[in-house]
Amino acid sequence: MTEKIRRWIHTNLFSSPLMGLLTVFTIVVLAVVLPALFRWAFLDAVFVGSSRAVCGGGACWAFIADRLDQFIYGRYAPAERWRVNLAGLVLLAFTALAIWPRNPFRVLCVALLVTLCPAIVGVLMVGGVFGLAFVPTDQWGGLSLNIILTFATVAISLPLGVLLALGRRSGLPVIRWACTIFIEVLRGVPLLTVLFMAMVMLPMFLPEGITFDRLLRAIVGLSLFVSAYFAEIIRGGLQGVPRGQYEAAAAIGLGFWGAHRQVVLPQAFRLVVPGIVNTVIDLFKDTTLVSIIGLFDLLGIVGQSLKDPNWLGLGREGYAFAALVFFVCCYAMSLFSQSVERRIKSARH
Amino acid sequence: MTKAGRTLLKTMFSLAGGALLSASAMAQTIPPPGPTVEAIKKRGELVCGVDAGIPGFAFQDSSGAWKGFDVAYCKALAAAVLGDPNKVKYVGTTAKVRFTVLQSGEIDVLIRDSTLTFGRDIDLGLTEVAINFYAGQGFMVRKSLGVKSAAELNGATMCMLTGATLELNIADYARSKGTTINSLLFEKSEEAFAAAESGRCDGYTDDTGSLAAARSTMKVPDDWMILPEVISKEPLGLHTRDGDYRWSDIVFWVDAALKTAEEFGITKENVDEKKSSTDPFVRRVLGLEGDFGKKLGLDNEAFARAIKAEGNYGQIYDAYFGPKALGLPRGINNLWNQGGLHYPLPFR
Repeated sequence: MTEKIRRWIHTNLFSSPLMGLLTVFTIVVLAVVLPALFRWAFLDAVFVGSSRAVCGGGACWAFIADRLDQFIYGRYAPAERWRVNLAGLVLLAFTALAIWPRNPFRVLCVALLVTLCPAIVGVLMVGGVFGLAFVPTDQWGGLSLNIILTFATVAISLPLGVLLALGRRSGLPVIRWACTIFIEVLRGVPLLTVLFMAMVMLPMFLPEGITFDRLLRAIVGLSLFVSAYFAEIIRGGLQGVPRGQYEAAAAIGLGFWGAHRQVVLPQAFRLVVPGIVNTVIDLFKDTTLVSIIGLFDLLGIVGQSLKDPNWLGLGREGYAFAALVFFVCCYAMSLFSQSVERRIKSARH
Repeated sequence: MTKAGRTLLKTMFSLAGGALLSASAMAQTIPPPGPTVEAIKKRGELVCGVDAGIPGFAFQDSSGAWKGFDVAYCKALAAAVLGDPNKVKYVGTTAKVRFTVLQSGEIDVLIRDSTLTFGRDIDLGLTEVAINFYAGQGFMVRKSLGVKSAAELNGATMCMLTGATLELNIADYARSKGTTINSLLFEKSEEAFAAAESGRCDGYTDDTGSLAAARSTMKVPDDWMILPEVISKEPLGLHTRDGDYRWSDIVFWVDAALKTAEEFGITKENVDEKKSSTDPFVRRVLGLEGDFGKKLGLDNEAFARAIKAEGNYGQIYDAYFGPKALGLPRGINNLWNQGGLHYPLPFR
């Protein structure tokens, strides 16, 4: 046993003089940084309090505790926040069913995830029907806004991306060129530009006094942008499907749509799941950009909470918290992507 | 598209249709005075553009309620027009989109620590209605320095943010006084605060509104003082869109009423007692004489309600910048008869 450990240390940490030097250096750096960090984050930290008067030399987590509700729900009316929780649970349940590998009705569940689920979540969040109070979208915010933006954008842009990918491979020049131009233009500009266009330019084209919901504008902007990326990922998947599959589908009498729906797309999707999840992770992080156009997502609301005179000067704690939340969410998605990849690999063998 | 999106889109289209209909109806008849007020009354709430977050002017407390100096102005306006200071929808605006959302009609009025300038008035097609806060570049120094005025800062080093104007203003000011002031530049305000705290410079310079917030983030705020001088002009105020003069008039006179109230000692607590006053100006502001509210298309109680919302100008200032809040001396933000610049036009 000790021999095993010794060998592991030897091969992994001290395989060459340079590696040994780097290992020692890393250990020294960690020894210097970690105790100070631990001291700041836990030993000297303050966990309870209602203003920065309680803060001491260490981290002031009381700020996070005081504002946690806002960081999650934004300014969503406190009495109605159960609806956000319920919507989150619905989303979680549908997602779990859709990605559970042994679910016999998985295709149906995926279809429901992008149709029925947004309907339920939308009704819960917006309200105004079934006796639910109407909650205007300007009150949404915090982490729930990031999740909703991500989900809505994926639900819109994934089908759009499939259409664009098929369009770019189309034999009809007009469709092919239109799709190519759309994809290349949107991939060629920064996301921030698209958001500013949606925010600043769109109202200029509309008659005065007519406004378009801000959240909706952000979703439209994000969806157009992300669909271009999805289109290219899916096109890659389509190219990965052997030509024989197309010919076989044609041979049994399937038309263009039938062949794609039943033969080509299922195989293409299997190839590109990691790429799609990767884009979704990117998208989830990119939703923080909406704070620049005046929507208060998690990062935006952390930044805003720092302006409350009761809690001035606590940027470190606020941003550390936001970073932790984003890391947990993105890492979970990444783990999912890895498990899918492993399954695909084993399915091929 | 999600169901949420679809519901929203439907609402949006029906709203758009309604607005188009009413627009075409208006084109056929003589437009009523003040379409903005009509729209606010119909909607039942004032849409007020405020800063997305800045200490003192506009921020949200732990319960998510908007607070601040500019927010108090929104409340006063809502109280005057709608009779209820809480009927306000706040739109947090960033520096980049603030004027566009006003131009596009998304908000009724912009009260967002924004400087009134020629360019914004003429090039952007806005109306510079009134100044509610005279800001400008000021100084925060260590009390132990023993300096009472900026003129004594000869040879001192100031921490500040990069950006040509702060440094330029200091250089101009020092030259005009025949002194030298050294500057130490930083990219982020947190870094500049830390440098000032650690004694790398004798003080910190920024716009006065931000200065008060900077002082309160210091480890011992009482070790620091804000000097009375302001060395550049940043008149912050209220913007409306061009084209609805009646609405701009209302915004202008609500601001004047808050300042007149301070001038004549009307506070949010004593509004009702003051109604027995014999002073003609008090009686006019409170709507007992002269029909001033009615002439603006409101009712005569409008100004009294605006004062009741968060108090007169001085009370609003004290609530967010006073000694118990950020501790910013009033200086030029005093009324004209106290040595300041606020000089409300007379109600007569």
